[in-house]
Amino acid sequence: MSKINYIPFLSLLVLLSFSMATHAEVKVFACEPEWAALASELGGEQVSVFSATTGLQDPHQIQARPSLIAQLRSADLLACTGAELETGWLPLLLQRAANQKVQAGKPGHFMATEFVRLLGMPKKIDRSQGEVHAAGNPHIQTSPANILLVAKAMVARLQIIDPDHSVFYTARLSNFTERWQAAMTKWKALTRELRDMPIAVQHNSWVYLEDWLKLNNLATLEDKPGIPPSSGHLSQVLEKMQNQPAKMLLLASYQSDKAAQWFAQKTNIPVVTLPFTVGGSEQATDLFSLYDTTFTLMLEAYKP
Amino acid sequence: MKLAITLLATMAMSSSSVWAQASEIEQLRQELLALKNQYLEKIQALELRLQEAEQQVEETQTDTQDLAIELSQQANRTAANTFNPGIGVVLNGQYLQQSRRDYEFALPGFIAAEESGPGDQGLSMGESEINLVANVDDKFTASVTLAFGEETEVEEAYLQTLGLADGWRVKFGRFFSAIGYLNSHHAHTDDFAMRPLAYQAFLGSNYRDDGVQLTWLAPSELFWESGIELYRGDCFPAGGSAHQGLGVKTLFSHLGGDIGFSQSWRAGISYMMADGVERSIDNDLQDSFSGESRLWLADFIWKWAPDGNSNERNAKFQAEYFHRKDQGSFVNLAVSEQDLEATQSGWYAQAVYQFMPQWRVGVRYEALQSDELTAAFADSVFDNLGYKPKQLSFMLDWSNSEFSRLRVQFSQDKSRPETTNLFLLQYIAAFGAHGAHSF
Repeated sequence: MSKINYIPFLSLLVLLSFSMATHAEVKVFACEPEWAALASELGGEQVSVFSATTGLQDPHQIQARPSLIAQLRSADLLACTGAELETGWLPLLLQRAANQKVQAGKPGHFMATEFVRLLGMPKKIDRSQGEVHAAGNPHIQTSPANILLVAKAMVARLQIIDPDHSVFYTARLSNFTERWQAAMTKWKALTRELRDMPIAVQHNSWVYLEDWLKLNNLATLEDKPGIPPSSGHLSQVLEKMQNQPAKMLLLASYQSDKAAQWFAQKTNIPVVTLPFTVGGSEQATDLFSLYDTTFTLMLEAYKP
Repeated sequence: MKLAITLLATMAMSSSSVWAQASEIEQLRQELLALKNQYLEKIQALELRLQEAEQQVEETQTDTQDLAIELSQQANRTAANTFNPGIGVVLNGQYLQQSRRDYEFALPGFIAAEESGPGDQGLSMGESEINLVANVDDKFTASVTLAFGEETEVEEAYLQTLGLADGWRVKFGRFFSAIGYLNSHHAHTDDFAMRPLAYQAFLGSNYRDDGVQLTWLAPSELFWESGIELYRGDCFPAGGSAHQGLGVKTLFSHLGGDIGFSQSWRAGISYMMADGVERSIDNDLQDSFSGESRLWLADFIWKWAPDGNSNERNAKFQAEYFHRKDQGSFVNLAVSEQDLEATQSGWYAQAVYQFMPQWRVGVRYEALQSDELTAAFADSVFDNLGYKPKQLSFMLDWSNSEFSRLRVQFSQDKSRPETTNLFLLQYIAAFGAHGAHSF
């Protein structure tokens, strides 16, 4: 009978194994730039990192774009915030990317908020309160202490996914921890005078920063998350500020500063636009410079 | 004299010694003061540290209390709801005003599906729906959508694999076909109150049926997804579940990607082969068609937002082109069985721009074209009256949040030789589980 020619199959197999060999590094798909930066710090040359969003984008409002589906298709580790931050787009990406390794429950499915204590649990879970996150405030990257907790958990995952380089990851983690702890001591000393400072914020983006610096949040311009500030609420805040003025108004660089600028004009309270994440400003190029610039900007605006 | 000098000298000496003593005392005093200040500072620093420590203790105490409260709350939250599916409800309704009283929607030269057209004049509840979605286990996810308008029906009910292997995905049940761009989208996500005429003419607003879909996503940075579908063939444009219930086959392939951070696009081509067995129309002549419809579809969408941040401003452009060839036999009350071979085509193009948060404007133009057939088809649905249907629409919408939208739309409908102006007010509200932001 007819002989089957095995050569094409064999060469295909060889090709496939070659392509597997060249892709030895762990592919990390990070939903936000802070987790991309952390993965680079911890994984070094053993990982290749893709960030689905930039520091100038609103992580709530991302669409499941074709490019993101294509990137998640070949990822080994999905590193996201969780706590419903990506609820509008990540479930769809997971369905469409058809990648078994990063589905919920797999080691490749890493949600940073699972490893820190969440603040800002809504008292009322109802959309009349705006776009509330039932699980708590997801913007955990605004506190340096959280970064360390997530780093430990992320290394544990990298070691499961890539056990061959387990020792390497442990070394990277202890190196990072040492540098990060030194930086935290420096930042604590630097920001001592900001303690108990009264502030106002645009969106509830800063609860973890407020907690770490012990700031006193007097007012939120966006009274209901995800809904632009109403004029009625703004005038209420204005009245409050006349009795008890805030030292500054914090704003993330991806947010519109219209309401904030109007507010600043009325009250003479300086608006401080913070990077919010890596890439949120030109100076914030990695996790260290993110906090360096954040605190420098706050101290520059601070008048005791 | 001598005495005076010695006296003076001793006085001077003693005064200098007194001076010396005084400066020493001063020095000592200063040293003491410095020491005192130093201790004061140290004491103050210690006091501060003590205060901080006390505060920290207090904070940890309140923190622990908070944590205890939170944990109890979490425990409450996990009790009943965790294993329930995500339930999302979409409400949709409209007000329609027509410039002609005798307006009745029809597309000359095309078989229109039952539910096509802008809807009833006046106030009406449009197609509202309830969606249930959940992961079944680690391998499957399921979704059920019930549409309720005049009657309730199962719009979609399917199971889908979660990452089978190497980019393969299987979907089975009843679902919207992935051909074209708009077809797989639910109507409430549309940018206009009515589906494009081409969708109404070629797919009956959108094609969904009982079937199975297999798709493969290429392992490349460029998005490339291809798929094949097999359907029962019970729904328009097919009918009668031909080939023992395998009446429709489709193929599709889509490419997509980003251009920098601000732009993204997707383009695709699809093919559909539908068999109709006595696809009948409920008109005066009781038209009926049996045969094959081959449909080609090309779609393109481009989106823009500055730095990819769509909150402030964003824009999108989308266009689709349809080409269909019907081949088979035709019969109605006026003529006995006739061979039919007809080619039809249609397209639409639309642009939507969000010029400030919450507000969007849009414009859409669309046209259809069909072959002129012999006199045997006079007054039947294939009689195009020597006319090409066209429509031009403008819309303005306002979204209070992601979940609610109000829309005003004006359409100049030239789908029949006489022009009709349509004015629509529409509301769309979504509540319950957070819907997906599909591209």
